[in-house]
Amino acid sequence: MEKKDIIQSFKDSLFTGLIALALFGPIVGLRTVSKGEGLFITPQWGVVFLLVGLCILGRFLININSARRTEFKIFSTLSSKFSSVTEDKAKHFAITGILFAVVFPFLPFTDRYFMDVAIMILTYIMLGWGLNIVVGLAGLLDLGYVAFYAVGAYSYALIATTFGWSFWICLPLAGVFAAFFGILLGFPVLRLRGDYLAIVTLGFGEIIRIILINWYEVTNGPDGITGIPRPSFFGLPFKRSPDEGETSFHLFFNLEYSTMHRIIFLYYLILVLALITNYFTLKIRKLPVGRAWEALREDEIACKSLGVNPTNTKLTAFAIGAMFGGFAGSFFATRQAFISPESFTFIESAIIVAIVVLGGMGSQTGVVLASIFLIGITEMFRDLEQYRMIAFGGAMVLIMVFKPKGILANRKPTILMHGDKK
Amino acid sequence: MEYFVQQLVNGITLGSIYGLIAIGYTMVYGIIGMINFAHGDIFMIGAFVALISFIIFGLTGVALPIILLLVLLIAMLFTACYGWTVEKLAYKPLRGSFRLAPLISALGMSIVLQNYVQVSQGARVKPMQPLFSGGLEFFKNSEFIVTVSFLQIFIVVLTIILMGIFTYLITKTDLGRAQRACEQDRTMTALLGINVDRTISITFIIGSSLASVAGMMFVLYYGVIDFYIGFLAGIKAFTAAVLGGIGSLPGAMLGGLLIGLIETFWAGYVSLEYKDVAAFSVLIVVLIFFPTGFLGKPDIEKV
Repeated sequence: MEKKDIIQSFKDSLFTGLIALALFGPIVGLRTVSKGEGLFITPQWGVVFLLVGLCILGRFLININSARRTEFKIFSTLSSKFSSVTEDKAKHFAITGILFAVVFPFLPFTDRYFMDVAIMILTYIMLGWGLNIVVGLAGLLDLGYVAFYAVGAYSYALIATTFGWSFWICLPLAGVFAAFFGILLGFPVLRLRGDYLAIVTLGFGEIIRIILINWYEVTNGPDGITGIPRPSFFGLPFKRSPDEGETSFHLFFNLEYSTMHRIIFLYYLILVLALITNYFTLKIRKLPVGRAWEALREDEIACKSLGVNPTNTKLTAFAIGAMFGGFAGSFFATRQAFISPESFTFIESAIIVAIVVLGGMGSQTGVVLASIFLIGITEMFRDLEQYRMIAFGGAMVLIMVFKPKGILANRKPTILMHGDKK
Repeated sequence: MEYFVQQLVNGITLGSIYGLIAIGYTMVYGIIGMINFAHGDIFMIGAFVALISFIIFGLTGVALPIILLLVLLIAMLFTACYGWTVEKLAYKPLRGSFRLAPLISALGMSIVLQNYVQVSQGARVKPMQPLFSGGLEFFKNSEFIVTVSFLQIFIVVLTIILMGIFTYLITKTDLGRAQRACEQDRTMTALLGINVDRTISITFIIGSSLASVAGMMFVLYYGVIDFYIGFLAGIKAFTAAVLGGIGSLPGAMLGGLLIGLIETFWAGYVSLEYKDVAAFSVLIVVLIFFPTGFLGKPDIEKV
């Protein structure tokens, strides 16, 4: 490397430092603090100088590195190898994954915390697979998927608390309700083009949330619904001391009572639900309607010319995606035993869309990897509560910048056809 | 009648703020065809920079018009830095990749900015003492006195001035021509010797500056901000941009005004709780009849 290059990259780093100073100066450096009557400013210049210094140093190192251009190449070849390996061995990978998931609760290091995280990851995997039908297969960008999740959760909670029906009756009903809402929303808006559809679905998600907050008589407003019945093991409840005339799970199987039983049951429940979603998606892709979805995503005009009705086809994708969202919602309700509008904010929709896109659109395995990665990142930053969402958002940006087609980009980027400008 | 006029005035004020944010969305959409989800958070950062500068200048005891001008310039400058950096870090590497990639990157950036401000400025709401007081009163003889505060006049006049400058910039200058050329065909524009990257950067800088002005207005008008204001204001401004026809600049302003008016009238006459529902429902209804918004160009797909 020549001396000129070093000077050049040094100048560039100083410029970066200047920008960093402008960025961090006011927002980090001048912290506003409420004291008594008004707001006052507490300077924090130390942090600013640290951040600016880090930016200069980082930029300088990147500049020197890009002059040599070695490390990054290794990184990209490794990751593309990874993609192709998983594509070849998709079947083995899937079977190993499922086997691992099945034995996971009985592994020696698995404790309550791991189980909770695993259940959360599986819930997101299921939501990701559900949304994958809409976004990945049919190519419709839905930024309000959480609305169907909410509809499922609330319909389960309301039916179960009002009529006292069991989980296994309420679950399909919740799915039907969510699908109904999918059709309700989809019918007027599905003729819109990509980005218009995105903003309308986002608006719909917000409408549902605002209604949940304000329709006090039915949804109990911001306080949410409490005392949602827990699921039972085919009629055997998970209780220490069952009611009169009832047998509980541990008595029936002659086991020591443990709260873990219910957790493990919930784990298998969501595992089965998620696998059903996956199986359904894989099968329906081979049916005419699934083929029509993918064809529509590729080229709508060609589809119309061949006699495919775009609105109806999209509507089925929307309704089926919504139905799985509803299933996941009712699982969420029964697991938490408490739901409130707080749980159904836009950020949830954003996370689910991110899982689908980061996984590599339309790739079922990719959804799994992206869920594990994103939820894992936030769990790793658990102790640094404040910084976990920064890490989460940062990870989204970084994956996109380095792997724009997602973690498993084994399919062609199909949205290019009419999405991007020529 | 008096009540109606009062709501109209309030609606136009709110609409000006939405309109200024909406321009940023519609410009970015026009030029690179992506929804810049972080734009609402850029607006929030503008509001914070304005708040911080108001506090600092409040201590110096300079006359109000000078403070306003200085805060305006400072907010525009620093917020423009944010807009520029976000584009360089999160969107530029993704140019030319498939459509959803920049969208996800923008969502991530929005999450980062929100939580970054939460960490550095604290999660609690920031109240500010009102700087403006008084106003003009109309219909003094009737039961309901209509008040148009000086602040509202300031907001609307400033918006009109900025819109004037901005329209001149887009329609009459070389920069504006370059920008419109990039919207139509980026490759061809580059072939004609226009620096496309620079034009896109400038688009982000202009959009962020206008958003920061909206942020300053928001601080003055509501007197209280927190790190979360960007989300709702952002999606409403985006709704406004879509309503007016995304990609169309007069459309963004028109849409902003409409959303502001719909929201204020709904809150005044129907119900306060459901004012956000009103804005989104109107959007859905309008898009059914005008699939590309009011002033959007009809979308012709070529095979």
